Amino acid sequence: MQTRNKAALTRRQFVAAGVLGGAALAVGCKAGNQGNWDFFTDAQALDLTALCDQIIPADGFPSASQAGVITYIDRQLFRHYRRHRDAYRDGLEQADALSRKSFAKALADATPLEHLAIVSAVEKQNPTFFDLVRRHTMEGYYGSPRHGGNRDGVSWRMLGLAEPPVRGRAQYDLRKGAAS
Amino acid sequence: MKRVNAVVVGAGAAGGIVAKQLATAGLSVALIERGKWYTANDCRKDDLRNQRVTVLGNAFGPDDEGNPRVAVDARGVPSIVLPSEGQYQNDAACVGGGTLSYGAQAWRYMPQDFRMRSTYGAPQGSSLEDWPISYDDLEPFYDQAEYEIGISGDYSGTPFHGPRKRDLPMPPLVPNREFGILESAAKRLGLHPFHLPMARNSVPYNGRGPCMRCRWCCGFACEVDAKNGSQNTVIPVALKTGNCDLRTECMVKEILLDDRGRAHGVSYFDADRHLQQQLSDIVVVSGCATESARLLLNSKSRLFPAGLGNRYDQVGRHLQGHHYTGASGYFDFDTYDDVGPGASIAIIDYNHGTPGLCGGGMLANEFIRLPIHMVNGLPPGTPKWGLGHKQAMRDWHKRTIVVFGPTQQIPTASARVTVDPSVKDKWGLPVVRFEGNVHPHTFDIGQVQAKRAEAWLKEAGAIHTSISAGRPDTVSAGQHQAGTCRMGNDPQGSVVNKVCQLHDVDNVFVIDSSVHVTNGGFNPALTIMAVAFYASGELVRNWKGTGYRS
Ligand SMILES: Cc1cc2nc3c(=O)[nH]c(=O)nc-3n(C[C@H](O)[C@H](O)[C@H](O)COP(=O)(O)OP(=O)(O)OC[C@H]3O[C@@H](n4cnc5c(N)ncnc54)[C@H](O)[C@@H]3O)c2cc1C
Ligand code: SF4
Repeated sequence: MQTRNKAALTRRQFVAAGVLGGAALAVGCKAGNQGNWDFFTDAQALDLTALCDQIIPADGFPSASQAGVITYIDRQLFRHYRRHRDAYRDGLEQADALSRKSFAKALADATPLEHLAIVSAVEKQNPTFFDLVRRHTMEGYYGSPRHGGNRDGVSWRMLGLAEPPVRGRAQYDLRKGAAS
Repeated sequence: MKRVNAVVVGAGAAGGIVAKQLATAGLSVALIERGKWYTANDCRKDDLRNQRVTVLGNAFGPDDEGNPRVAVDARGVPSIVLPSEGQYQNDAACVGGGTLSYGAQAWRYMPQDFRMRSTYGAPQGSSLEDWPISYDDLEPFYDQAEYEIGISGDYSGTPFHGPRKRDLPMPPLVPNREFGILESAAKRLGLHPFHLPMARNSVPYNGRGPCMRCRWCCGFACEVDAKNGSQNTVIPVALKTGNCDLRTECMVKEILLDDRGRAHGVSYFDADRHLQQQLSDIVVVSGCATESARLLLNSKSRLFPAGLGNRYDQVGRHLQGHHYTGASGYFDFDTYDDVGPGASIAIIDYNHGTPGLCGGGMLANEFIRLPIHMVNGLPPGTPKWGLGHKQAMRDWHKRTIVVFGPTQQIPTASARVTVDPSVKDKWGLPVVRFEGNVHPHTFDIGQVQAKRAEAWLKEAGAIHTSISAGRPDTVSAGQHQAGTCRMGNDPQGSVVNKVCQLHDVDNVFVIDSSVHVTNGGFNPALTIMAVAFYASGELVRNWKGTGYRS
């Protein structure tokens, strides 16, 4: 439970930091979107958080969004994944509609249990979008921290991998060995 | 621009060696490479952007922007593919080519691999053939490659390799944990496990230090420069002679022919996309199987309206790679020790000699699996997402061993590279188009190989196993691409002769993976290198000072 609170706090701090960064950038290159994110509106980011946090929920270790997965996806929609922008816009809209239809509330306002039901439904009804989100969530969570996800190498630590990794491990005596 | 003796297209595994051999023999060489020159300082260990996991692009080229290809599926429907997608069949585009970031397994093929048709007969519908050269012809050049590029390992555990005159120049790396687990199991099964050969310094060699056993090797450049490719061995030697001019970010457009049907140089786009001409006495094409075929096909002239050397419609055919099959084993104890590169132990007991199968393949443990590889590599039945998936990642990441290997691929004439009639790249050049698929006997071999891998893992104590032996219905090429400009004695059934010279044009050579007649049950790079040493040796021997006379 403690880990969870700590992680949640980290996320709030991060969002606060994001406001500053976002504001600075918005002047130059981000037409239209004045929120906390490069691509997503704040509402879309909340919807995506609902989906990603079911794909990788919090347990003793952070959930997808707590580890920065939304940041990862958001950034890549301005970089390598520009071609998936429409898929996210449409897919999130559909997921939200599904929530309104099934539970009479916005996706962001639904409970975690309801989120689970919605993600399961999206997996069946819109498998292309689900696979995309699943893939990107895994990449953000288990990939390199430099892209905004896997914050502080949290998933690698979870797996018991040395973080930072061991460097400089030559196992032969360098003074011996074949001439060069 | 000053005329040179030789233009070499592509600074990869073969091109680097050719440039070095020609330059040290005194020929002036222009080595033209479309990619950049990365050094150890540019090494970035990025799990999502390297040469193996390419979800955010290829770290070492080509870029997704402006470099499309076209893949035609089994129903005959073409679609555009990007370099970061599997169907692009990418190797790399940079100085060093694939060897900057490869896994660096450095295998000799076995004597039978050069005589596949004589050994087995050609399965129906295949174009299985013998090479026009033998293992014995190549042996001295395998040796040269092992010593000049720098290979560590130890063959003494297996009786199945071809004859060799001396040991590898470097001892193997100290075994990792998987080696110990798999070695005793293989021995109990009556197999002959050994330290696989690697183009990687285990001790200081060639003026560079040894491997420091990191987690990120296959698909990455080496930050301590302990992995040996053409970029840190032969190319620096070529440059030091003063006879070799390396031009990076330059894309060769076509080979220029004179009125008598001989080549007199190439045209290329320089880094600023200006079209340049480099005149030369000879042209050596070393762009790797898909791009070499494209360059010949895009070099059309009055004499060769269907592309250079393509009088008999052979250029681009017999495209092959390796059908990788094997198994994953899941253990109830830790198998992972975080000591790179990971792959360490192999068996070659099964490469030849199984009744009913045209060959087999080497089996080895896999390079270190990064967490991102593991996401889809969990035991069968694991939930695809949710808490169950997360828990399984924790349960199995350090308790999985993968054993697999390159299955001998049975070539067909219909698996091929052509150029697309409409799609062009950022230079305006028609792009590679893939057609065809893999001969089904390949899958029969792969199925048996996967079972063998599984049996090995079970013997080692795996409590669950899963087999990977698919039957894809597209071409197989990728990193191990080969075979588009077949070497042979018959001009109607091959593109180059046994010294890698075009049958049709005596001063154009293709020296790279394209000339492989068959691709062995092994990773191909050392054979590509040996052929490059051999063919450039022949070239230099026949060099008359002012031009090439056959
Ligand atoms: C991640 C990875 C792991 C691998 N692991 C292994 C392994 O463990 N063992 C093994 O044996 N093999 C391995 N390989 C494969 C090996 O790297 C290739 O087989 C080998 O590099 C091919 O050699 P080549 O000379 O034919 O072509 P390459 O090395 O690909 O070189 C061709 C070069 O030509 C350039 N070029 C092409 N067309 C043009 C043009 N028109 N103008 C200018 N330049 C051009 C390209 O940019 C490229 O740099 C691996 C490859 C990769 C990417
Ligand atoms: S495992 Fe060794 S050779 Fe490979 S990248 Fe790491 S240090 Fe370099």
